[in-house]
Amino acid sequence: MARKNRPTAEIPNGSMADIAFLLLIFFLVTTTIANDKGIAMLLPPKPDPNEPPPEVTKNDRNIFKILANSQDKLLVEDEPLSDVTELREMVKNFILNFGSPGEEGVEIYNSLPSSMKTYVSSFGRKVDYSDDPTEAVVSFKADRGTSYDLFVQVLDQVNAAYNDIYGERVGLSASEFLQLDRDDPIQEKKYLEARNGIPRAISIAEPNKIAK
Amino acid sequence: MAKFGKKSNTSQDIPTAALPDIIFMLLFFFMVTTVLRETDILVKQKLPKAVQLTKLERKSLVSYIYIGEPKQSSIFGKEPKIQVNDVFVEVNEIIQFVNQEKDKLNEAERDQITMSMKVDVESKMGIVSDVQQELREANARKILYSSVQAIDI
Repeated sequence: MARKNRPTAEIPNGSMADIAFLLLIFFLVTTTIANDKGIAMLLPPKPDPNEPPPEVTKNDRNIFKILANSQDKLLVEDEPLSDVTELREMVKNFILNFGSPGEEGVEIYNSLPSSMKTYVSSFGRKVDYSDDPTEAVVSFKADRGTSYDLFVQVLDQVNAAYNDIYGERVGLSASEFLQLDRDDPIQEKKYLEARNGIPRAISIAEPNKIAK
Repeated sequence: MAKFGKKSNTSQDIPTAALPDIIFMLLFFFMVTTVLRETDILVKQKLPKAVQLTKLERKSLVSYIYIGEPKQSSIFGKEPKIQVNDVFVEVNEIIQFVNQEKDKLNEAERDQITMSMKVDVESKMGIVSDVQQELREANARKILYSSVQAIDI
């Protein structure tokens, strides 16, 4: 019969792998693994035009001042500083100074692990550094001519100091602290425990209007 | 010895019948993970390096602002410019852009909008702080200085 002689309808699939390979290579080349990472910051709310700017009532010793000029030179606590990486240790010392802690400060001090208590007693208690972590503020003012690179470097160092402290309170390193997943209740608890009482007080001042 | 002289009868072909399936699996993986870029970036983008990075939690709440020297400096000049979506904007147009982006979100989520600032390392702080002032004005206060992971020493 004619039916029997008809060749079987089959698509040749020998080159299937090659076609798939081509597509695969196309997608491999076009893929950019998205890297949406960065240093998070919260800007201050916009100033109310009807109210005068709030007066600074903080003690001078509770403010850690970092200034950057248009030549990318740093002035930290009124002293020039050439190496940005030293900031991390300085800020850490500044926050964990416990010069004359208030009630909350004492509470925080008592909650610290013993390794951090020895750190405080060996490096801290300076007269010109902060009273306690609740009071401490890191203020950073950049000029309009400061390079963005330096700005990020300084922010990175200050954040590193805070993350060091937060991490150490719960026995983690700074990078492990950053990787805590806040959707997980156990890790969320750890995160809150680390953050409790020590605000991440980084203030970024407006640059001067004139950059001449 | 006789053992070595002996020819085995087993065929030495690797079965390739499953090869297309394996390739397809890889293909699907890359097809799913690929995000085709929807904007053409018109400015130079060499992001700064930093260590203490946080990840963005919800992509849908993020809008991007690109700042840097234009790639076609013969047409647009060498001064750093601000790019949103596909066009260059002036500083005073940012509030409008933020409001447009906010309109795309649910009412409950509008305050959580995050601006990802992709700023070239060559830029100066002047233009960045101008943008920040506008963002404060537009009440988009969560910002992220987008940067690349540096190796922690």
